[in-house]
Amino acid sequence: MPERIAGYLRGIGHQVVGGLWRLGYASRFFALTLLRSAVSFRRFHLVMRELYFAGVLSLIIIVVSGLFVGMVLGLQGYETLQKYGASDAVGTLVALSLTRELGPVVAALLFASRAGSAMTAEIGLMKATEQISAMEMMAVDPIARVVGPRFWGGLISMPLLAAIFSAVGVFGGYLIAVVMIGVDAGAFWSQMQNAVDLRQDIVNGVIKSVVFGVAVTAIALFEGYDAPPTAEGVSGATTRTVVTSSLAILGLDFVLTALMFTGV
Amino acid sequence: MNRTMIDLWVGIFVAAGIVALMVLALKVGNASTTLNMGDTYRVYAQFENIGGLKPRAPVKSAGVLVGRVDEIQFDSKTFTARVTLNVDRRYLFPKDSSVSILTSGLLGEQYVGLEAGGDDVMLKDGETVKLTQSAVVLEKLIGQFLYNKAAEGGSK
Repeated sequence: MPERIAGYLRGIGHQVVGGLWRLGYASRFFALTLLRSAVSFRRFHLVMRELYFAGVLSLIIIVVSGLFVGMVLGLQGYETLQKYGASDAVGTLVALSLTRELGPVVAALLFASRAGSAMTAEIGLMKATEQISAMEMMAVDPIARVVGPRFWGGLISMPLLAAIFSAVGVFGGYLIAVVMIGVDAGAFWSQMQNAVDLRQDIVNGVIKSVVFGVAVTAIALFEGYDAPPTAEGVSGATTRTVVTSSLAILGLDFVLTALMFTGV
Repeated sequence: MNRTMIDLWVGIFVAAGIVALMVLALKVGNASTTLNMGDTYRVYAQFENIGGLKPRAPVKSAGVLVGRVDEIQFDSKTFTARVTLNVDRRYLFPKDSSVSILTSGLLGEQYVGLEAGGDDVMLKDGETVKLTQSAVVLEKLIGQFLYNKAAEGGSK
């Protein structure tokens, strides 16, 4: 009996030590990426390429989802607000939900599954086909050459994508509420402008999206770099990227919201 | 995909992102009104009770936005609330103007109403408005009403 208990305890200890080791490895990897990112800025075309893959190619999914999220918010918001005779406030509802929460969070979730998974798969495959080792052989630092530009590309894309998502979403809400249902356009915009504050709502939303950008790209790059160099390993790493970064986004969102909007 | 095409697309993407941010700030948010309020002067007012007034609440005169509430502090000497108002420099108000805390609509936000007086001398930066009217507190009103009812019942 004591052996079995010791065995369970050893199992728990092994898990904890393994988790801590991985966390430490991830932090060192992240610190190294930041330290060696000077190369990314000296050869900015590398970052441009990543901006194209992470940002420009995510535009379509971001714009379409933003439009539909805004339209659904407009419909649902109108349906509920109309019961209280406050259908003019539908603009406020759409704009506040998008700038504070849905813009950064949904854009980051889409970004994680669209761009984050691609980053993990790309780096994992580079590792599996020994391109990373080949770089090291040629004295090219793979972290500076491969990881750094992807990190900065993702970090720059994320706030821009979230802003586009929110702006398109507000337009979607406008289409439904004003054009389709017939809420007064003047009341729609003026109530929105009265309620949405630049510092409190829009700047906080941008801060959120920057934090999510760091989290998603860091997780995606680490998972790719850490993936076992097999087909199975790369597929597992890609799955882990999407799951971990989605959980990280939602967890961070709660913490950030608690920090930002408690005083209001 | 050669480098110039990538540059072009990234340029379009970044420009679209910045335009989206500008739209959010100017069309959705209140940056246009906040930025236009550059030239303001400060006026102070002491209130017995501010109700639910918050910083950045509008200051309106005749229903027109003329300024915003800047700061609300508790004055421990007079035990009243000291409200700092930022009023647009374009609008001058007589010295004997009065301020009151009003509510827009039944459930709307609270704002400060500025009613012009008849004095020839105008309010200057840093001066205090003497005539103030506190926010209406619903509980107090109901309490007073019940008290009056009870008094009526007792006299019969």
